[in-house]
Amino acid sequence: MEKVTGYVTGVNGNLVSAKFDGSVRKNEVGFVKVGGDRLKGEVIRINGGAASMQIYEMTNGIKVGDEVELTGELLSVELGPGLLTQVYDGLQNPLPELAEKCGFFLERGEYLDPIPSRDWEFTPCVKPGDAVLAGDAVGSVPEGQFEHLIMVPFDLKDEGWRVKSVKEKGVYPVRDTVAVLENGSGEEKKLSMVLSWPVKRPIRCYEERLRPDETLVTKIRCIDTFLPVAKGGTFCVPGPFGAGKTVLQHMEAKNADVDIVIVAACGERAGEVVEVLKEFPELTDPRTGRSLMERTIIICNTSSMPVAAREASVYTAVTMAEYYRQMGLNVLLLADSTSRWAQAMREMSGRLEEIPGEEAFPAYLESVIASFYERAGKVRLRNGKIASVTIGGTVSPAGGNFEEPVTQATLKVVGAFHGLSRERSDARKYPSIHPIDSWSKYQGVVDMDRVEAARSYLKRSNEINQMMKVIGEEGTSAEDYIIYQKGELLDAVYLQQNSFDPIDAACEPERQAHEFNVLYDVLTSEYALGDKKEIRAFFNQVRQEFLDWHGTVYATPEFEAQEKKLTDLYRSRVKG
Amino acid sequence: MQKVYTKIESIVGNVVTVRAEGVRSGDLALVGESYASVIKLSGDLVSLQVFAGTQGVSTTDAVRFLGRPMMVSFTDDLLGRVFDGAGVPRDNGPALTENMIPIGGPSVNPAKRIVPKRMIRTGIPMIDVFNTLVESQKLPIFSVSGEPYNQLLARIAMQAEVDIIVLGGMGLKYDDYLFFRDTLEKSGAMGHTVMFIHTASDPTVECTLVPDLSLAVAEQFALAGKRVLVLLTDMTNFADAQKEMAITMEQVPSNRGYPGDLYSCLASRYEKAVDFEGAGSITILGVTTMPGDDVTHPVPDNTGYITEGQYYLKNGHIEPFGSLSRLKQNVNGKTRSDHRALMDGMIRLYSAYKESLEKKSMGFLMSEWDEKLLKYGHLFETKLMELSVNIPMEEALDLGWEILAECFEPNETGLKTSLLQERWPKKDAVN
Repeated sequence: MEKVTGYVTGVNGNLVSAKFDGSVRKNEVGFVKVGGDRLKGEVIRINGGAASMQIYEMTNGIKVGDEVELTGELLSVELGPGLLTQVYDGLQNPLPELAEKCGFFLERGEYLDPIPSRDWEFTPCVKPGDAVLAGDAVGSVPEGQFEHLIMVPFDLKDEGWRVKSVKEKGVYPVRDTVAVLENGSGEEKKLSMVLSWPVKRPIRCYEERLRPDETLVTKIRCIDTFLPVAKGGTFCVPGPFGAGKTVLQHMEAKNADVDIVIVAACGERAGEVVEVLKEFPELTDPRTGRSLMERTIIICNTSSMPVAAREASVYTAVTMAEYYRQMGLNVLLLADSTSRWAQAMREMSGRLEEIPGEEAFPAYLESVIASFYERAGKVRLRNGKIASVTIGGTVSPAGGNFEEPVTQATLKVVGAFHGLSRERSDARKYPSIHPIDSWSKYQGVVDMDRVEAARSYLKRSNEINQMMKVIGEEGTSAEDYIIYQKGELLDAVYLQQNSFDPIDAACEPERQAHEFNVLYDVLTSEYALGDKKEIRAFFNQVRQEFLDWHGTVYATPEFEAQEKKLTDLYRSRVKG
Repeated sequence: MQKVYTKIESIVGNVVTVRAEGVRSGDLALVGESYASVIKLSGDLVSLQVFAGTQGVSTTDAVRFLGRPMMVSFTDDLLGRVFDGAGVPRDNGPALTENMIPIGGPSVNPAKRIVPKRMIRTGIPMIDVFNTLVESQKLPIFSVSGEPYNQLLARIAMQAEVDIIVLGGMGLKYDDYLFFRDTLEKSGAMGHTVMFIHTASDPTVECTLVPDLSLAVAEQFALAGKRVLVLLTDMTNFADAQKEMAITMEQVPSNRGYPGDLYSCLASRYEKAVDFEGAGSITILGVTTMPGDDVTHPVPDNTGYITEGQYYLKNGHIEPFGSLSRLKQNVNGKTRSDHRALMDGMIRLYSAYKESLEKKSMGFLMSEWDEKLLKYGHLFETKLMELSVNIPMEEALDLGWEILAECFEPNETGLKTSLLQERWPKKDAVN
């Protein structure tokens, strides 16, 4: 496509309006030339012959009459081997390379190749003459622990494309042609290991979408048992500041039972990204024994980086997630925080002088959030493999009040809600997920009926606790007091988890099921106990034994010995 | 190229518009005598925000474009000087024009940041022991108006172990400005201090420039290898100035009249806090007054999402509960072996004291244990929480042990036996 050029007619914050002679596409990418810099932007509105572009950089120094160049392409990311272990900004600029080039600061107008130029060992899996469809593999390269498939572009039309030639097994540079396709009408298409895809368009090269019915194990008891997440499902984590959203997400990133984790730090503190950057390479993935970084991609657009790129960063992340899903892998995308992304939309909407909705968020907030979460899903690919993208987003509601537009719009579309509570985090209860207010529609690692029964103890216990605050312990009956203690026990020994203890920090699903059954028995048993002092002493003892049990390695003699100690203790007091 | 335009088309709020060509977004201009910056371009219509306000500006006043953005001079001559929000000297010294640097520069590449690991000693036990301030941290002081937050800030400025102090005052009462100046001069800290002061009677636009000026200067000092502490008071005034400007520019307000980009506005300033690998660092302490002691007010709320914890100033104390330094665990494991355990233990007992206090006020009977806690709480508040206490961290830790020993038996503290054997003060030495 021929490049269309124009000139700037107005500047308002990061919104630049420009006039063009040729044709302009909505959402195509363009560059404003300022001095020696080329500033990237996207056409977001065309009105009265002028295009409004949101610029992903600071707009200082742009003047009326500056040249603008359109590329004719939508905002896209490069996909190919070498994405894993990378740290990108919202526009897929590799940050470490940028630091090497520019030093301490993020200089504007610098765009580097996202996929590192290096050689990969290519193994073909097709031969000349084979018919191919969009998304089919022509070969693979080993990327860390994965077979990274080299695929036919996802937008290739079904026009009888066949492989004309394909390179033999061997080592080739990433951008070299490895295969050539041709169709009946004599057109040719060259494929390298890198392909490009517009971020706002979902990749749909699969046979069918399936119901997310397999639990995504996070090794966090409170989640896996009570508020499970499913592979291909969605969940959100709203919470006030300081309630531990980011810490919880980091734990999920470390322990989740998936192949690839993509962390999108969107408009949050730079310090937290640095922690991930320094910590993850040191940690080992318990599934493979290799560095955790090998299965991780970090997209980072921290709060001080340009606002417009923040919006792009979540789409960049989800596009990479879909790309790896096409290879038959299970991907978890953690977005922290979607509120900042929504705020970026709000800022832009304000500049466009659109009619505001609630709290000045644009009216299309809900549909945009919904279509983002809908990009999650469990699918069956054409080769029969089952793969998934799971999306978990944090929400930072203003004032910790969940009644605000972003939280509400998110709750409508997600399958699980892990609401964090200030009270629990102040009481240093980790994770601070509120066990009663939160919900999940997915199947967990334990029988759901029993979980419901356990939860009812929690609810009753909570009610009795409220009552006790008014009438005091003296006025509460012994039966009620036992229920209260049972709820407290459940909270202390099951919902809470010590993230500093190397064993307790990650609780395998088998162990969860095993421990839950013991706990269930403790909860549903009737006890012969006397006064409240005795009741309290008994439950304190049970709690202590339970906590000690958490400290033993699963299925070892110590584990069994401690289990026996615990069961002997509570059974000795069971009625009858 | 200093073309003069003399036909101002409109004057609304602090914004004037003039028809001009070749003007760049963000450029500085002179409207009459006052500086102004270009905030919007639309064809040949240029909107300018006038720093000193538009009162008395006439449609025939001269507008001269300077062809450069807002800048501030960076030399060692800055030290000991006081400027206003437009960078003009407020003391009687000369204006500085050498080595001009732009303000509001790009943000630091996250890949170049390092994990903070050095503490800043302040001599205030509630900070050093319980919520340690760490180099490159950004921390607000949440405070109700009327609390001695400026006194606290001045004490930190005098006592903190840093090379350079940059004080940014926004909407300060004139008395407060004089208080800062006199206190710093008396203590001798003025020699390594730069002040950018906007007082309550100065034009609103200048208020919004103070953090950018302060941080631009701080950044240069940090790049030159200095450990810089930036004190900003009061960020709520900064946010209110942003609100005022947004409303007069007819922007759609989001929450309680504040503009939708309040979070980004605050974040781009606070995120300047950084530890440069191989160079110096910037640490930011900002005061955020909470209207009506309401932490869910948009300014403290947005600030809390940005900063790494907060100091919560209430009733003249830094509250142990609302306060949090998210980075303290990066440093307090390396200070003294008993630091963490003692910190946790004392806070746990203090929280038990609060419960006893509540029980007492409700008329419940006080047990022997309650009495012990009440005694402990009183000693804790007077000996450690009092803002006037000024002792090094080690002494504060020792004092903590003494307070514990005065109130409790060793096994009542819930601390590890090995630690008690090592640190518990000998009774005979006390009596």
